Amino acid sequence: MEELELKKHANSVRKKIVDMVYTAQSGHPGGSLGAADIVTYLYFEEMDISENNVKSIDRDRFVLSKGHVSPLLYAVLDEKGLLHEDLHTFRQVNSNLQGHPNMNEVDGVDMSTGSLGQGTSVAVGMALANKLDKNDHRVYALMGDGESEEGIIYEAMMAAHHYHLDNLCLILDLNHLQIDGNIEDVMNPTPHKEKFEAFGFNVTECDGHDFNSIAKAFECFHNEHERPTVIIAHTIKGKGVSFMENNYAWHGSAPNAEQYEIAMNDLKEVK
Amino acid sequence: MAQETRNAYGQALAELVKENENVVVLDADLTKSTKTIEAKKVCPERHFNAGIAECNMMGMAAGLAASGKVAFASSFAVFATGRAFEIIRNSICYPNLNVKVCATHAGLSVGEDGASHQSVEDVAIMRSLPNMRVYVPCDQYETKAIIKHVADTYGPCYVRLGRGKVEDVFDENTTFEVGKVRTLRKGNKTALFAMGLMVQEALKAAEELAKEGIDATVVNVSCLKPLDEEGVLNITKDFDTVFALEEHSVIGGLYSTIVELTSRTKPLKVVPIGINDTFGESGKAKDVLNKYGISAEHVVEVVKDTLK
Repeated sequence: MEELELKKHANSVRKKIVDMVYTAQSGHPGGSLGAADIVTYLYFEEMDISENNVKSIDRDRFVLSKGHVSPLLYAVLDEKGLLHEDLHTFRQVNSNLQGHPNMNEVDGVDMSTGSLGQGTSVAVGMALANKLDKNDHRVYALMGDGESEEGIIYEAMMAAHHYHLDNLCLILDLNHLQIDGNIEDVMNPTPHKEKFEAFGFNVTECDGHDFNSIAKAFECFHNEHERPTVIIAHTIKGKGVSFMENNYAWHGSAPNAEQYEIAMNDLKEVK
Repeated sequence: MAQETRNAYGQALAELVKENENVVVLDADLTKSTKTIEAKKVCPERHFNAGIAECNMMGMAAGLAASGKVAFASSFAVFATGRAFEIIRNSICYPNLNVKVCATHAGLSVGEDGASHQSVEDVAIMRSLPNMRVYVPCDQYETKAIIKHVADTYGPCYVRLGRGKVEDVFDENTTFEVGKVRTLRKGNKTALFAMGLMVQEALKAAEELAKEGIDATVVNVSCLKPLDEEGVLNITKDFDTVFALEEHSVIGGLYSTIVELTSRTKPLKVVPIGINDTFGESGKAKDVLNKYGISAEHVVEVVKDTLK
């Protein structure tokens, strides 16, 4: 797919995110916008997921370990034409679009997540199952840099290395912010690269808003045949919406009507 | 004969991995204690050691189950249900994944290791989770039946197993209807509902009580959830006072299970005989159990006192 096409999809995904969170007056726009390019790339270029296999586990799978950015997952599934839900019901009672994703209610959601750290551990189990079944499917998990403060992440990393899970690709969404502020101030989890290397990972980095850079990072994953991979994706929380960019206040709050207009205007054109 | 329920678990699991290639086994560095090593001997490629990392073990079990496997995950009850509680809640029970948490070394009968290793609350916390089924077998034969049953029953299950040898209640010819309460002795004065190793104590107590003219029904409750409500009410309808016997805290275990049901119907006095909101301590299993009132002698006393 041409870069421009990917940009169009990502821009459309961002609009859906803003729209969902605005309509619900609840949700997590900052991280959703920040990882929008990576997850768009995953679903449009990287994973073998389509209408034909979405209900099956016989394909690549994605675990949204940072489950609070559910608007991003729903928006991408919708953009891909896989979602059978009304995005405007997000976070409302009787909706399948739960605040944090539920795998039993939405086709294409491969794991129920929300409690940080656990998705990464579950992804390790899925990759282990693929090894056991001797299939070629890959498992991807998106985790936050703040999320890497959870201890289970390191247990999962140890196991991924121990079981030689070269079919596992973690993506660290490095936006430097968590609810209470800068990650370095709240509880410094750095250095990321050296930690992953010490745990035996194939470590690569990318600009999380440059599709060529993202593509190269996944190539590095494909070329690895022994170790699990982590892509450290440098991102801007709130990317695309001027007043949300790099502002942790937009981790988990919804825009008002005026802010919504500004946001949609910011996203009017594909940049 | 006497046998550890954890031993029976290991044997059942070894059979299971042979029969069903979808079964995978996880452990957290306690394979020789939980006896999952028996499954590893038969099928090493489907046995995964998570190391001393119970949380990740449960997460991996969830991932394997989300990939179509029947995942058995074992550790000591304290760590399996305590340390890893929230992984069981959010990554196993909420998505309703096919993971069987089979925890050994439950209760005070752990003995010498003391309170840090004696789980007295595991049934309470597992029972409180939506989608979770809870089983407490009383001997080796029932353990094997329950392990087979949970392997064939989709969804999260908790099986509580013990460290020490327990006398056989059943034999190799016994057929089990897992999920139903089972009357082991019929009496007309009262009923002793028991789980786990308290079933053997209840039977001994009933013998003693009979000598003193108190004829007690003894009921094995090995499936705490979903509870065989009809079966329990069929027994309680004949009595004004019954007893709930457990090697578990009186908060949230068998006593609570019975009371939660019977308090909805006719007035019934239910007397708890269990661990009274306290931690245990080190000692020989028999000594610890005696000290905390988990014994036939104590049951006889309480029943006589209550009914006099």
